[in-house]
Amino acid sequence: MARITGSVYTSHVPAIGAALDLGKAAEPYWQAVFKGYEYSKQWLRDHKPDVIFLVYNDHANAFSLDIIPTFAIGTAPEFTPADEGWGPRPVPKVIGHPKLAAHIAQSVIQDDFDLTIVNKMDVDHGLTVPLSLMCGQPQAWPCPVIPFAVNVVQYPAPSGRRCYMLGKAIRKAVDSFDEPLNVQIWGTGGMSHQLQGPRAGLINKEFDTAFLDRLIGDPDGLSTMPHIEYVREAGSEGIELVMWLIARGAMDDVNGGKAPTVRHRFYHVPASNTAVGHLILENN
Amino acid sequence: MSLDKPYKDVPGTTVFDADMSRQGYHLNQFCMSLMKAENRARFKANERAYLDEWPMSEEQKQAVLARDLNRCIALGGNIYFLAKIGATDGKSFQQMAGSMTGMTEEQYREMMVGGGRSVEGNRYTEEKK
Ligand SMILES: [Fe+2]
Repeated sequence: MARITGSVYTSHVPAIGAALDLGKAAEPYWQAVFKGYEYSKQWLRDHKPDVIFLVYNDHANAFSLDIIPTFAIGTAPEFTPADEGWGPRPVPKVIGHPKLAAHIAQSVIQDDFDLTIVNKMDVDHGLTVPLSLMCGQPQAWPCPVIPFAVNVVQYPAPSGRRCYMLGKAIRKAVDSFDEPLNVQIWGTGGMSHQLQGPRAGLINKEFDTAFLDRLIGDPDGLSTMPHIEYVREAGSEGIELVMWLIARGAMDDVNGGKAPTVRHRFYHVPASNTAVGHLILENN
Repeated sequence: MSLDKPYKDVPGTTVFDADMSRQGYHLNQFCMSLMKAENRARFKANERAYLDEWPMSEEQKQAVLARDLNRCIALGGNIYFLAKIGATDGKSFQQMAGSMTGMTEEQYREMMVGGGRSVEGNRYTEEKK
């Protein structure tokens, strides 16, 4: 039986990827970001999963306005890093896990979550930056990754509650997979940021801190936060944070098990336009 | 009964909802076309001619030519799509975001290093008056 052993939460700011790719990681501005992930890289080496289920959003790269799936699961054997306009990131291609992905799709759809199944897509910084933050610059990513893309570009994104309940359904799906796989689930995006209009540059440290506290201690309550509160308090792009609730909903404690251990917590402003938040929770 | 859109009173913010997306469809798809290197080259060679291949409004075309991102957004553009224009121009995301705030690039960068724009006074349009 497969099992979800832990969850990782992190921002996926594109400039972080650019800093790494262009060799700027040693600059003090970026060191302040990367030092928050030193522990995490070691933790991932010590707790290497068999598969990472990576929740992220596409930023007008794989999906244009022609088709806008609310929830899309990548079932392909591999995924190529997208050319977002600056050329593709020089990072390894992402190896998928079609068998587990197909299993999760079937289970979750039967549980009333109508996923879009994607057999071909490129993956953008939303997926590759978290891998870079957690793994550094390896020749190949340490394990297969199932990309799970959530629409947060065209409003409305799915509600926090919907995301949280979906996390529970994904957890149930993993539990019913017949191979003994160690699966991690990652939720990415956020934290507070706004990239558009005269209010661009908005950061709300109080909101972010409370969000991290509640994600750990009161995810059920946090999941009922309405969209407008994200937009008003965390910026129009801060709404990406609903994706963290998918990962949180898959953890033991909210599915009849024990409370997780908080392995790591980090917060820093800024990376480019954005507040960087990061958390590692381990099931017991 | 109409739809509840409580985000209309957030200052300096245009939420890219289904209605904006409808208005901005061709503008955003034009931006998307700039993901291909050969299209970037054609656009750079003759911006007006390239824009004329798209069923965009004249206002949308003018906003693109002027690189007026606030105007683009008011006409249905979305920042993740508009970022492809910035990429074509060799601009970073921070330069693009800053260009919409009325601040210089330096001022905007310094604001971010200083912790970003405060939410105080920036939650409701009434507060801005
Ligand atoms: Fe994002």
